Amino acid sequence: MLEKVLQLSLNGLMAGAVLAVPAIGLTMIFAVLRFVNFSVASHMAVGAFAGYMLNAWAGLPAWIAIFGAFIAAGAVGIASDHVALRPLRGYSALTLAIASIALNLMIESAIRFSFGGRPRDFAIPLRRDWSFGFLHVGPQQVENAIIAAVAMALLFVFLALTITGKAMRAVADNPMLADSKGIDPDRMARLAIGIGMGLAGIGGMLVGLDTSIDPLVGFRAILSVFAAAVVGGLGSIPGAVVGGLAIGLAEELSLLALPATYKSAVGFLAIVVILTLRPQGLLGARASA
Amino acid sequence: MTNYLIAMATFGAIYAILALGLNVMWGMAGMVNLGIVGFYAFGAYISALLTVKAHAPIALGFAAAMAGTALMAALVTLGITRLRDDYLAIVTLGFAEVVRIAAENEIWLTRGTDGISGIPQPLKSTLGSDFNLVYLIFCLVILAIVLFVLERMRTSPFGRVLRAIREDAQVAAFAGKNVLTFKVKAFAIGGALAGLAGALYAHYSSYIVPEIYVPLLTIYIFLALTAGGIGNNWGAVFGAFVVVFFLESTRFLVGVIPWLSAEQLAALREFLVGLGLLLVLFFRPRGLMPEPLPRLAKAKE
Repeated sequence: MLEKVLQLSLNGLMAGAVLAVPAIGLTMIFAVLRFVNFSVASHMAVGAFAGYMLNAWAGLPAWIAIFGAFIAAGAVGIASDHVALRPLRGYSALTLAIASIALNLMIESAIRFSFGGRPRDFAIPLRRDWSFGFLHVGPQQVENAIIAAVAMALLFVFLALTITGKAMRAVADNPMLADSKGIDPDRMARLAIGIGMGLAGIGGMLVGLDTSIDPLVGFRAILSVFAAAVVGGLGSIPGAVVGGLAIGLAEELSLLALPATYKSAVGFLAIVVILTLRPQGLLGARASA
Repeated sequence: MTNYLIAMATFGAIYAILALGLNVMWGMAGMVNLGIVGFYAFGAYISALLTVKAHAPIALGFAAAMAGTALMAALVTLGITRLRDDYLAIVTLGFAEVVRIAAENEIWLTRGTDGISGIPQPLKSTLGSDFNLVYLIFCLVILAIVLFVLERMRTSPFGRVLRAIREDAQVAAFAGKNVLTFKVKAFAIGGALAGLAGALYAHYSSYIVPEIYVPLLTIYIFLALTAGGIGNNWGAVFGAFVVVFFLESTRFLVGVIPWLSAEQLAALREFLVGLGLLLVLFFRPRGLMPEPLPRLAKAKE
């Protein structure tokens, strides 16, 4: 029993690290733009398919293709936001959220139109699991967790040390004050969306490396991603990391009691529990209207 | 062709009841429900299980579908109505997914992905080939009743309080209204209507399966309500028929662009649904039939 718990915890932490990446993207866009952007799901798919093309068609190794996933999803994010969501700024957060659902459907069906709906696999070598005593880990899982950790570390360096990163945090903290200090809110919004959706793209590709990809690869994961962001506290980036790990752990440990098909119900349960007990999330500051 | 039109009109009526349910929650009380399809599925399964497994009369199935879904909707909202709208959106979206997952996996109860077949159709044996037409009339009568009741509700004190909560919950609370009770009631009424629509569908098609209840259906209903006019019951009905007409007319795209595969056409159709919703938000945010507001509010604009 203990061995099983340890094994599941290990799997959960690695899955959680992957989950944390798109959750940071979601929470970052929320922090700067103040609405829940549901199109994160389709941008995960954009990243996954861009990475797939570089990996399976152009023959690049996965850890290089991941840069393509970031750039493609970030670029699509900025462009689609400019066309579809920016004209609606100033409407309520809810209108924007609904518009982002429409956008999500459009991007997903555009991918399905171009690539079809069947699942595709990345061109990665099958490798034997590594064993440490009774613990087993897949090399790809470890590589994914490392890629996720590096992406998060780079983001923290950017936000903590660069002027632009500080400016972005200032906008998230107090948009009016930031504006009066001469920080261009439009530029910061574009940057938050570019980075946020880029991170969603990385997350989508990592999920795809672990399983397979199709146009709905992001949508299937979105409940877990939302759960990670909400549990950590919507708008808090460290919260999204903690939330991602917590949801990853909870989903894996649920296997002790529930069939695997109920995994995504765990995310829902976590959202309901945290909103009832601590609406601002583990590390968040604001939740009530 | 007549059969086709009858089927489409039946779908229009069922979607209209769903849109009316969403209108009570979102249009009147300002609470978004991205999981309306989950309540629709919940109602369908309650009525189907009661009539197929327990051989209950169909009328009891309908009543239980409405009551059960209303109760479920009240439970879902109880703890979270004081939160921001976007949180409610996430929770309801998750709820619908959980309903679908449960329907897929609790095979002992729902027969999983095989679905439930042989759901009794009212008076099918006596009506024979007239069943579809009679059932359409039945759906339209129910739609008319729902519309009448909701129109009364909209202009009643209860409807006014809901609108007040929608505009500013704090002011409504300050005026002595128990905001939480009103919100839960509105959600329960909307949920009951979604359950009613679910039962109507189950006893029409005689077969339900979890894969029908995908989030795309929720988007159709949102498109119906936003296009018709959020807050306007007549708009919700009008929008639902517009959406069914729009979805069906895109089927004839096959004739215009024959070189596309079936999957590409399906994708194109979904793309157009998304585009339609965006365009409505851009150019007609209050819908084709904007909500009729009392004089005073109009003068302020």
